[in-house]
Amino acid sequence: MEITLNGETRQLPDDFTAAQLVDLLDLGGKRMAMEINQEIVPRSTFNNTTIHPGDTIEIVGAIGGG
Amino acid sequence: MSTQMQETKLPANDPMIIDGTAYQSRLLVGTGKYENLHQAKQAIDISGAEIITMAVRRTNIGQKKDEPNLLDILSPDDYTYLPNTAGCYSADEAVRTCRLARELLDGHSLVKLEVLGDEKTLFPDVAQTYKAAEILIKEGFKIMVYTNDDPIAAKRLEEMGCVAVMPLAAPIGSGLGIRNPYNIATIVENANVPILVDAGVGTASDAAIAMELGCDGLLMQTAIAGAKDPLLMASAMKKAVQAGREAYHAGRIPRKRYATASSPVDGLFF
Repeated sequence: MEITLNGETRQLPDDFTAAQLVDLLDLGGKRMAMEINQEIVPRSTFNNTTIHPGDTIEIVGAIGGG
Repeated sequence: MSTQMQETKLPANDPMIIDGTAYQSRLLVGTGKYENLHQAKQAIDISGAEIITMAVRRTNIGQKKDEPNLLDILSPDDYTYLPNTAGCYSADEAVRTCRLARELLDGHSLVKLEVLGDEKTLFPDVAQTYKAAEILIKEGFKIMVYTNDDPIAAKRLEEMGCVAVMPLAAPIGSGLGIRNPYNIATIVENANVPILVDAGVGTASDAAIAMELGCDGLLMQTAIAGAKDPLLMASAMKKAVQAGREAYHAGRIPRKRYATASSPVDGLFF
C-alpha cells in the first residue's frame, strides 16, 4: 500500500502496524513521536495501530531551537 | 572596629516560580543556532539556565543516523524542556506541535506557545494565539506564551490560564533590545503570573533593563548563540539578569533633570 511518510510517498506491506513501521525505520528506542492523519499515536498503542492505504504519517523528534 | 559586612537585602533564595515549580535561574535559553550541540551545552551550562527551549521537526529517516540527538546531549533529566511552536502560523499547527512535543517528552506538558503572523517580522498572530491557547489549556497544557508588548493581550492570555506571559522586546533575532519599556512595565504591573521578556534582546544591557523593569525572567537564543563568542555572552547574560534583578529589588533613584551634588556643601573652605 502507498502512504505518505514525512512528506514523501512510500510503499508499505499491507496490514502493517505503527510498531512495524518503527522497526522498519530503525527508530526503536529512539525519542520520537508519531501522528497519523494529524492525530497523535501514543507509543503505547503502536502495536495495535494499523496503517491504512493513503495514510499521512509524520514522525518527529526534538531539535535545537529558540 | 567591626568590619562585619551588612548583608545585601536580596534574598539568597529568590526563585522564579512557574506553575508551582521554583527555578533559581531567571534566564531561559534556546538550544539552536550553535555550531554544534557540544557548544550549545557549554553555553547553556555557563548561562546557568534551567529551562531550555527545543523545536519539534521531522525526524531524519535513513540519513544522518549517527547524528547526535539533542535529548541525548542535553538530557531532560538535567534540564526542564520548553518545546516551542516556532514556525507555526496557525492555531492548528501550534496545537499539533504541542501534542507531538508532549508525546515526545513522555507527557511533559509545559510548552512555549508562539503563533506567528508574518515571516518578515515574526510578530505574533495574537488572534490565533488566543485560539491555540484555549484548546491547549483545555487539554491540560501549561503554556508560556509569546505575545506582543501589548498589555491588553498579555492580561487576556493570563486570564485564559497561561502560566507565564512572554512579551517580545523586539522582533525575534533582531537584537534591537526593549523597544517599548513603558508597555513592558505596564504588563508587569498588571500581571499575576510571571512575565518574561522573550525575543529581541541584543546584549547584556538589554537583559538588565528587562529585569530592572520588574520582569520575572528572560528567554533568549540569538543574542547568545549569534554572538562572536557565545560562551562569553552566555556568562555576560547570566550576570546581567542577576544584576538587573538586584537593581530592581534595590530600587533605583528617581530621574531628575538637574544635578544633585554628591559631596557635602557644608564645610567648604572658600
